[in-house]
Amino acid sequence: MIEWLFISTGLFLGWSLGANHAVNVFGSAVSSRMVRFRTAAIVAGVFVVLGAVVSGGGTTRTLTTLGAVNALAGCFTVALAVGLTIAWMTKIRLPVSTSQAVVGGIVGWNLFTGSPTDTYSLSRIVTTWLAGPLLAAVFAFAAFKIVTALLRGRRMHILTLDAYTRTGLLAFGALASYLLGANNIGNVMGMFVPAVPFGDVSLGGLLTVGGTRVLFFLGGLAIAVGILTYGKQVMTTVGRDLYKITPLAGLVVVFAEVLVLFLFTSETLEALLLQAGLPTIPLVPLSSTQVVIGAVIGVGLAKGGKGIRYNVLGRIAGGWVVAPIVAGVSCYIALFIVQNVFALEVVRTSSYVITPEVRSELSQRGLDSQPLAQLDGKKIIGSAQFRQTLQRIQPWSEKQMVLLFDCADLDTLVVDTVQAFTQREPLPLSPQQHRSLAAFHGATFEHRWTLDQALARADSSWREPTGTLPRKHVIAFLQLRERLYEIFRIRP
Amino acid sequence: MDILLRKTLNLEHQIDDYLDLVIRGALLFKEGLKCYCTGDIEHFTAHLRDLGAIESSADALRRAIETRLYSETLIPESRGDVLGLLESIDRVLNRTAETLTQFDVEMPDLIEELKPLFMELTEASMAAVESMVSAGRSYFRDPERVRDYINKTMFYEHEADNRGDQIKRKVFRMNIDLSWKVHMRYFAYHIETISDEAEDVCDRLAIATIKRSL
Repeated sequence: MIEWLFISTGLFLGWSLGANHAVNVFGSAVSSRMVRFRTAAIVAGVFVVLGAVVSGGGTTRTLTTLGAVNALAGCFTVALAVGLTIAWMTKIRLPVSTSQAVVGGIVGWNLFTGSPTDTYSLSRIVTTWLAGPLLAAVFAFAAFKIVTALLRGRRMHILTLDAYTRTGLLAFGALASYLLGANNIGNVMGMFVPAVPFGDVSLGGLLTVGGTRVLFFLGGLAIAVGILTYGKQVMTTVGRDLYKITPLAGLVVVFAEVLVLFLFTSETLEALLLQAGLPTIPLVPLSSTQVVIGAVIGVGLAKGGKGIRYNVLGRIAGGWVVAPIVAGVSCYIALFIVQNVFALEVVRTSSYVITPEVRSELSQRGLDSQPLAQLDGKKIIGSAQFRQTLQRIQPWSEKQMVLLFDCADLDTLVVDTVQAFTQREPLPLSPQQHRSLAAFHGATFEHRWTLDQALARADSSWREPTGTLPRKHVIAFLQLRERLYEIFRIRP
Repeated sequence: MDILLRKTLNLEHQIDDYLDLVIRGALLFKEGLKCYCTGDIEHFTAHLRDLGAIESSADALRRAIETRLYSETLIPESRGDVLGLLESIDRVLNRTAETLTQFDVEMPDLIEELKPLFMELTEASMAAVESMVSAGRSYFRDPERVRDYINKTMFYEHEADNRGDQIKRKVFRMNIDLSWKVHMRYFAYHIETISDEAEDVCDRLAIATIKRSL
């Protein structure tokens, strides 16, 4: 029961996302009365849930690499702080992005708990915040020019154009809803994934649904409820002010939004790019509001640049900076209160140990571990304490911190093949993997990487796939490893 | 795609039919007045009857179009403009039918010398109506050509004003009863007013077309 209380803040976040972001999908269609609100809400609700459940994994993984909020009370606090930040900023009429607030919240959790922030992931996310709206503007500009050129030669009747626009708005609105669900479910439920409170759910013994999918389904439902209950108010107020554009321009805007969300959400596209040897686009939760604003500006420029309100642009840019900072700070304060006043565990207590093996592994990964020799054999409890101890020796960059935390994390694993081979949802093991794993039955490993290395030495099929393989395989491999850790982990 | 457009195509046909009726109304007016000037009252009456029937069908068709535009929430952005346009075009047709009816009611005794001028006035006024209909049709299909037809309408409206002015100047310099003079002026004014109504439609169209291009 307590799980429901904890994820309630995630559901609240989902509700506010649905209420505030439905306008980005069907705003121009509904406020221009091309599509009835009820039709729009039903289509958006259904497709958001589908998107979240079917394709919600990609962006969530990027968020969890940024910081794995690993205790349920921590997730609760982060989601609550972020939700309140969004509500407050919306109230004082500052444009707010759920994605940015969530990232700010996770970094706030990292800072409070002393966990390292993966700066590589962070920089990738921040870059896409700029790239998203920019790309949307470029797509909208090009699409508007093409559409107007095509229409000029066609002599299409105003009513035929109306029918096509209406159908287009509905079709692209459905697609955009699907992608919104897929892209933004990471914001709503992403931080609950490392601490997923549900087991697998069996549907009549025919189909087993994983706990993460159940989480995504609930998050999708929360977004859908947000659209149904509060979407209309936002669409008819915000939508009218912000997206006062013709239905045709509205269609171009939604089309550009679909393209951009697809680029930053699709795992299939990423796999295709990898296969072609091209650089991939990071799968990151975007702010659909900013993508749409980018697209509206693109259309404005295509019409000659008149009517673009640069002061509004300034406010939006300000919001990009303010949102993550406010969310981060409020999250930090909220965590302090929850931990010290309510005595709840906001971070799973981890232990860290430096041994000659750990140091040698660190050296192998390119870190000069000699200064750490003085810590040999010393067990440190708590991430904040570990960070302080390390900082006393010498200053470390965040990138080095990520390495140190990863290698020194004391995560005792006992290989139990009986359990591993009798899972309700069987592990996707190849015959070689099955054989080599069986040989380790009963063995104990102090760190995750020691198990990885032992398995890799025993059979090449356990070696981490290289970058040339499609990401799908890499992800499947990493998921398999995560499941093994879960099964073998000795809980304190 | 056909299923999607079937209802729309039907409405498009209705709008085209409505505009066709306005054109036919203008032609009937022209023919009717020609018959009146030549004293062929039998054909004049037949044209007047046809014009009355056309006006009634146009009214029914306009109402049907307006109802569908509203009930099916079609072209929400341009609906107000289109409804205003259809109603102002309807005023042109009403004025045309009303003017011909006045000929039937009052049977004005057209001065022989002025008959050619009355015919020229009618030609110019009806040319304005025809150009106005073309402008209206272009608004629906080819907004870029609206401007050309609006210019034509303005030209013919100006021509009609000139002919009307000529009739009035001539008639008030004639040595006839004042009541006759006033009667002639009254009919010249009414035929002129049809082109003025057409001009008003074009003023609306100009703004509606700019709004469509935004």
